Amino acid sequence: MKFEPVIGLEIHTQLATASKIFCRCSTQYGALPNSNTCPVCLGLPGVLPVLNKKVLEFAVRLGLATHCTIRLDSQFSRKNYFYPDLPKAYQISQFDRPICENGWLDIEVGGKTKRIGITRIHMEEDAGKLIHDEEGGDSSYVDLNRAGVPLLEIVSEPDFRSAEEAKAYMEKIHSLVTYLEISDGDMEKGNLRCDANVSIRLSGEEKFGTRTETKNINSFRFVQQAIAYEIERQTEEVLDGREITQETRLWNADKKVTYSMRSKEEAHDYRYFPDPDLPVAHLSQQWVDSIQAQLPELPDAKQQRFVVDYGLRHEDAGRLVSDRAVADYYEEVLTAESDPKLAFNWVAVELGRVVNETKKSIREIGVPPLQLSQLIGMIADGSISGKIAKTVFEEMLRSGEAPRQIVEAKGLRQVSDPGALDKIAEEIIAKNPDQVQQYREGKSKVFGFFVGQVMKASKGQANPQIVNQLLKEKLDA
Amino acid sequence: MIAPIFELSLEQLVADIKKGQISAKSVMNAVYQNIEKHNASLNVFRSLLDKSRALAWAESIDAKVKNGESLGRLAGIPVTIKDNICILDTELKTTCGSKILENFHAPYHATVVEKLIKEDALVIGKTNMDEFAMGSSTENSAYAATRNPWDLERVPGGSSGAAAVSIAARMALLALGSDTGGSIRQPASMCGVTGIKPTYGVVSRYGLVAYGSSLDQIGCFAKSAEDCALGLSVIQGYDERDSTSAQVNYEEGLSEIDLSQLKFCLPLEYIDEKVADAEVIASVKELVSLLKKSGATIEERSLPLTQHLVPTYYILAFAEASSNLGRFDGIRYGSRKQNGDTLESLYKTSRSSGFGTEVKRRIMLGTFVLSAGYYDQYYGKAGKVRKMIENEVESLFTEFDFIIGPVSPFPAFKLGEKTEDPLLMYLADIYSVLANLTRTPAISIPTKLSASGLPIGTQLIGRKFQDAYLLSTAVAIQKLTDYHKVRAPQFKG
Ligand SMILES: [Zn+2]
Repeated sequence: MKFEPVIGLEIHTQLATASKIFCRCSTQYGALPNSNTCPVCLGLPGVLPVLNKKVLEFAVRLGLATHCTIRLDSQFSRKNYFYPDLPKAYQISQFDRPICENGWLDIEVGGKTKRIGITRIHMEEDAGKLIHDEEGGDSSYVDLNRAGVPLLEIVSEPDFRSAEEAKAYMEKIHSLVTYLEISDGDMEKGNLRCDANVSIRLSGEEKFGTRTETKNINSFRFVQQAIAYEIERQTEEVLDGREITQETRLWNADKKVTYSMRSKEEAHDYRYFPDPDLPVAHLSQQWVDSIQAQLPELPDAKQQRFVVDYGLRHEDAGRLVSDRAVADYYEEVLTAESDPKLAFNWVAVELGRVVNETKKSIREIGVPPLQLSQLIGMIADGSISGKIAKTVFEEMLRSGEAPRQIVEAKGLRQVSDPGALDKIAEEIIAKNPDQVQQYREGKSKVFGFFVGQVMKASKGQANPQIVNQLLKEKLDA
Repeated sequence: MIAPIFELSLEQLVADIKKGQISAKSVMNAVYQNIEKHNASLNVFRSLLDKSRALAWAESIDAKVKNGESLGRLAGIPVTIKDNICILDTELKTTCGSKILENFHAPYHATVVEKLIKEDALVIGKTNMDEFAMGSSTENSAYAATRNPWDLERVPGGSSGAAAVSIAARMALLALGSDTGGSIRQPASMCGVTGIKPTYGVVSRYGLVAYGSSLDQIGCFAKSAEDCALGLSVIQGYDERDSTSAQVNYEEGLSEIDLSQLKFCLPLEYIDEKVADAEVIASVKELVSLLKKSGATIEERSLPLTQHLVPTYYILAFAEASSNLGRFDGIRYGSRKQNGDTLESLYKTSRSSGFGTEVKRRIMLGTFVLSAGYYDQYYGKAGKVRKMIENEVESLFTEFDFIIGPVSPFPAFKLGEKTEDPLLMYLADIYSVLANLTRTPAISIPTKLSASGLPIGTQLIGRKFQDAYLLSTAVAIQKLTDYHKVRAPQFKG
């Protein structure tokens, strides 16, 4: 029997607005518990919500970027349930009239492009956070700093057929929200997290199998692992003749397993209804159009342009554009004379390595794009060799000095003057009669020995091409 | 000497205080005299300022008068507010008539309170009410019922019963209440005072503990429509903290009304003797003939949607209430009670012991009508019917200036008389819920005394945002009648 997994994702992204969605409290992360609160986000009796217009704008930006239809009369609804981190006992969310619907997004897996449907994107408020007693007591504390922080929930169609596709989609959404500057996308702070709906069915079957929902997955790696685990678990269940139970599960990152949180029977009836405190959010088409006009260049378009304008390979361009900061940095490195491919190597490979090692962002590394541009320029015009460039680069990272200064100060400039090299070559040939003999007897491998000696004598600064040429002339004479 | 204070219009009284002809202190003393004499038997206040503090406050107004400082439009006027309107004060709590908020001191002022204070009104106390405004008699208060000054064996109406009594017994000169389905107009009618529920959105709801958010509106009680107009002119206005607050320019001033130019609609369903007491219908008819005498046009018209008003109203109100009252769960708000160590038991115990019977009934019904599988049948349908009613009333107002009719099918009833049958109590809201469902302004003015000496009010419903026009008309009518000047026999003072 061959099974096919069917996967859908619900991604929550925290918006980078300065204030909360329904009050003026700060959204700043890491403040003292309950310091970013007011009567409104505390849910005090008698208070009323007032929508932060920035949230509408951010939602429309993402909706347009994902080819959604923007609803000009969207509405907030109350999602009712009891939990200590939810002071009003309802979350203000959207239900039957979400702001964005019917969009799509292209992902690329294994060199193939696949279109993923986006069912809806809606606005909602985050809940607070429970802090359990660390000293082993049985008390729990409620921190409402996060209560009322704006979120967008992006619901995909069940279009994924593998864990890799789901991961690629989550990465794409992450890339989009940062391009659009609507979220910082900081996964460690939980600013992008997702719930994965997974079911399996026999290949060729039309009907969906019973699905499970694994909640609150907060990394690309975990989304792939959790889904892969679920597919395997469900397959085993079915093969063992058991039924899949519709349930909510959680991902345990340490044990790398999902586990049951609650079954369908225990599922809440949220009793959604339109929030009478918030009138319909009327938008004008004109306003939506003006947001469309202000959208930045998005990853797909940028990738295409990098291929066409800079002659990069599709995958290489993709590597650059997945992070807007890297793509922008790359374009700042490029100057009229730069070789785009050489620049790609330096940005994606060399800097990329440092980014990975230091966990810093490309701008935090301390190599301004103009300096890297200078370094690449020096390689291109023969001032230094590629090998010396790496030494210079290490020094740039260490000292923060400009490459030209480093090259001058350390005398690393490549020697291309045939007169100076001629003298060195003569000396080497004179000092090594045995090797000259061998070479002339046909052992052409010995040629490398002479090149190495000249390079060594010039402290690596000799221009290898000219050295080659000179030695050939002298030895073959 | 009987204080002339209670005979003057509010506007006149404020003018006299500002001129130093009447001291704010003497006004305060007069209301406290009534409070001291009658609060024990009437049970008006949930919390009340200490007299010395109230007097000191009044004296500070008088001092400002002496110093020639400018003062607000309600300078020195003692005001009560219903106990579901938040006020930041060490003495005044906001219990909503519920045990679950027994010790709740709001940490902020409602917008209306800020507006009162800005105009130098003196908020002296919080008035008793049916728990979370759920009731029509003030018997549902967790802190004992309030009594009707016209007959202590009778209820004052509700849910803003004690607010109406605070005016009827002259314990204040302006009282703020809230009206979700008649909670201002019905007690005004039963206590012989004037009470207005403004257009939805004219007065900010910020700081009003919500019952049915799409229906709730703060309004005021006073001894006349003229006084109500001054009160409303102070508390109305767009509030950026209330998204349902209206961006309209409210015409503050009253205008001269020529009654002969007006056209009133009298719905046939409103004078159905199978529904209302004969005396109540007589009260409406007497006013109608008075209006006719003044040259006004009255036309009887059938309003078939009337039969749907009560069920529509209750489905919407209960549904919204079930959500609004969720926050009283013992975690952050409400007294926490625990029986067992699970979170669920904390919720259940806190809410079961904290809420009264009627509140629990409404929360359960509201939860039911919103639940999966029933939403379309109940809440969804009620929303559609509301829209139909709104359309029908709007088209009616293209022909008529006002709808005229009773407020309540009967005058004040005896305590305990109707508590056994909640459904019968719900049906009694048949005339009052129309204005809430259609978000229109409505006023109750005293227009008769029953044979047994109980006041009966008549209701006028106006066009949306024509609150001033409605009040001006009520003022014109009160020039033709004296019922608003009649006082409860034992409480003249
Ligand atoms: Zn806040």
